[in-house]
Amino acid sequence: MKSAPRIAIASGKGGTGKTTLAINLALSMSGPRQLLDCDVEAPNARLFLPLPALGAPTEVSVPIPTFAAERCQACGACVRFCAFNALALVGKKPMLFPELCHSCGGCIHLCPQQAIDEKPRRIGLISRFADGPLHLLEGRLDVGVAIAPPLIRALRATARPDLPTLIDAPPGTSCNVVAALSGCDQVVLVTEPTPFGLHDLALAVEMARALSLPCGVVINRLGIGDDRVHRFCQAEAVPILAEIPDDRRIAEAYAQGQPLIEALPALRPTFTALLAALHLH
Amino acid sequence: MKIAFSTSGGGLQGPLDPRFGRAARFLVYDLHDASSTEVDNSVNLNAAQGAGIQSAQRLVDLQVQALITGHCGPKAYRVLEAAQIAVYPCQAATIAEALALYQAGKLTPLAGPSVDGHWV
Repeated sequence: MKSAPRIAIASGKGGTGKTTLAINLALSMSGPRQLLDCDVEAPNARLFLPLPALGAPTEVSVPIPTFAAERCQACGACVRFCAFNALALVGKKPMLFPELCHSCGGCIHLCPQQAIDEKPRRIGLISRFADGPLHLLEGRLDVGVAIAPPLIRALRATARPDLPTLIDAPPGTSCNVVAALSGCDQVVLVTEPTPFGLHDLALAVEMARALSLPCGVVINRLGIGDDRVHRFCQAEAVPILAEIPDDRRIAEAYAQGQPLIEALPALRPTFTALLAALHLH
Repeated sequence: MKIAFSTSGGGLQGPLDPRFGRAARFLVYDLHDASSTEVDNSVNLNAAQGAGIQSAQRLVDLQVQALITGHCGPKAYRVLEAAQIAVYPCQAATIAEALALYQAGKLTPLAGPSVDGHWV
């Protein structure tokens, strides 16, 4: 079975309109589809899509080491090995700083006494929401947890492979974004026509190329700034898939949690055309 | 008894570095014979994370009994506390001045970390 299309919405610069675009694309589609809110440090898609919950949230954990005191010889091999500086050895007793652990499992494998086992550490929750054919999956990282990619990967693995999928990525070009984009069919980069927008767009295009993902650009708030984003896209042969005007009514609708295409039906054709450009419907 | 000082180098007349985890060097002073040695800490100065923890581990391995520095965060403090290394915060400009204050009994050890961590 051929898997359904997976389109990621990313940006580089934060606050350019990723979630706005993802929500309105999801609402413009017909038939069964799913939206994944992968911005797990600040998931907000559900503010605009208050769909009913589908079951209880699922806990996501990562493995961290736990030490068997009776077998540990305090050789310090684990402390010296840990590239993340998450371990210390004091008074023949290993100490773990779980918030620094990347769950690589290296200490467990190399302990000569086999004195280290795994135990789970909860890092966040995955919630499912649905209303008819529209599904929303949300990852929410626990407060104080600094390592998001395992939660984003778990969220991606929870999604149904048979449904067309929109992925609302975190901002930036960090590991979190790479975890959200890997394995997608293409990436839509949302930017604004400002120097900041252009600077981070250039980084995002570079990231998409490093991941061998085709990308196109949506320019939001057209009318502010200058034409350098347009010139960049032309020079780099990156297609501009859509443009959304700078309009106070859009900001007002957003501030009230109202989807754009409901507040401003005149924008519907923009999203319909964008869906067609992305081979979605 | 051995005391560690955070510093950027230069012996006893060198500056007391207010940073602990990312200090470039540590000067270890032995009260027993008034000798001192310096150890490089650039590995931790350049660490992506966990600099305080590993700098504290360094002092544990050097078997010092006290640390004189500017500030100490919660993770480093947890390691130092477990090793019963007393942490004396000090604003002195040089190690020599900090040592004089310590020997005059004018420094008070911390009962907990003096600054917050980067997370939580």
